[in-house]
Amino acid sequence: MTTTTVIVGASLAGINAARTLRLQGQLGPIVVVDADPERPYDRPPLSKQILTGEWEPEKILLPAGKEDLNLDFRLGTRAKALDLSSRQIILEGPTGAAETSSFDSLVIASGASARRLPDTAGIAGVHVVRTLADSLALRAELDAGPSRVVVIGAGFIGAEVASSCRKRDLDVTLVEALPLPLERVIGAEMGQVCAQVHIENGVDLRLGTGVLQIETSSVDGVERVRAVALSDGTVVEAEVVVVGIGVTVNTQWLEGSGIALDDGVVCDNTLLAAPSIVAAGDIARYPSERFGRVLRVEHWETAIAGGEAAARRLLAEASGETPAVFDPIPWFWSDQYDRKIQLAGRPMPTDECRIVHGTTAEFRFVALYGDGDRLTGVLGMNRPRHVVQLRALFDEGVTFSEACERAAAL
Amino acid sequence: MRIVVDFDLCESNAVCMGIAPEIFEVRDDDFLYVLDENPPESMRAKMEESVQRCPKQAISIAED
Repeated sequence: MTTTTVIVGASLAGINAARTLRLQGQLGPIVVVDADPERPYDRPPLSKQILTGEWEPEKILLPAGKEDLNLDFRLGTRAKALDLSSRQIILEGPTGAAETSSFDSLVIASGASARRLPDTAGIAGVHVVRTLADSLALRAELDAGPSRVVVIGAGFIGAEVASSCRKRDLDVTLVEALPLPLERVIGAEMGQVCAQVHIENGVDLRLGTGVLQIETSSVDGVERVRAVALSDGTVVEAEVVVVGIGVTVNTQWLEGSGIALDDGVVCDNTLLAAPSIVAAGDIARYPSERFGRVLRVEHWETAIAGGEAAARRLLAEASGETPAVFDPIPWFWSDQYDRKIQLAGRPMPTDECRIVHGTTAEFRFVALYGDGDRLTGVLGMNRPRHVVQLRALFDEGVTFSEACERAAAL
Repeated sequence: MRIVVDFDLCESNAVCMGIAPEIFEVRDDDFLYVLDENPPESMRAKMEESVQRCPKQAISIAED
């Protein structure tokens, strides 16, 4: 009996699930559905090389999307609903016509969408960066040389967009509601260092500041952004606004289906959400024994690992093998200006943070995070070797103080 | 197999070093060095993982 697998999401997690199924010998049809009409592409360059104009879209196509894996791609097609009893997905094709797709097994990798500011839909000059189309639309406006770009949100996307704008020698105001950038991810001390990196690179950084309103004017009948009114009472004139305030998971099509949802798809520790149904990538919420809590990880590498693990989970179910536990060490990088920030692990902002190599003054250092005597994170700025070597300590089970000693000896 | 790194693309994320430190080494100058361009066949799975996990798609395997 051949198995038909439907994969919802053709980005990193979905395409790696498809690739793994094929390479591990699945012979039956693999249908890959994505609302995005583009061939599968890599997202990290969207806020960097695509925005700066260094790279053209052809360069970011995912290699797995170009391999001959005999996949049935349904691009520009949106999943609308899941019917568990008949094991069918209701789809909306590029023309808006309804289709159905039957499956024996399903990979949920529909990812997330950029959050937008309320009441800003349709205002020209207001952008998000999530898809290739988003990035190219913003790039076209940056090509026109706006007098100032206001970036709302100093998370990783906002920081990288600010960096790309500065590389183009554009004036940038970066607005962050929190007292320090990335405070909830890397804590206040390291957030302060990231704030300083923005300032050193000529960004007008407004911390602890909210957005009251996007002010617009009508140009040739088009409502266009003119300025951003901030909670500190100032009004910043801007021809372009980029909103980087996080994402919302794309679970709308699963509501009421019987799949458990909680800001993502609730999985077990093998990424199984229901019999023959797995989830991977930004949308998967799974219990991590390593970090002692339930995680939903939006990192690039976790999407690859999750796609592969989800596919193997389905194969294990079919063959009756014991499934593998999914509990990787989260890791990501962010390139801002000439700094590379890398974080391995999952620290809490309140964890102790200790500099173990270099100094923050030279913006080239390694810091370790610990909760009591448990190592929870490795943060590096322009220290890739140290981060990768110290990341291995998570699997060695060393204590926080031992990890600090080992780091000092590197 | 021969390991080919496109050094114009490589930006030293050191993912490959995490997978196969005996082949890939990022040094204190932040550059990647390939320690063995012709790794033994027993390393193939790790080499393929390095290709897949490189954030810059900078690594490839040539068969010659």
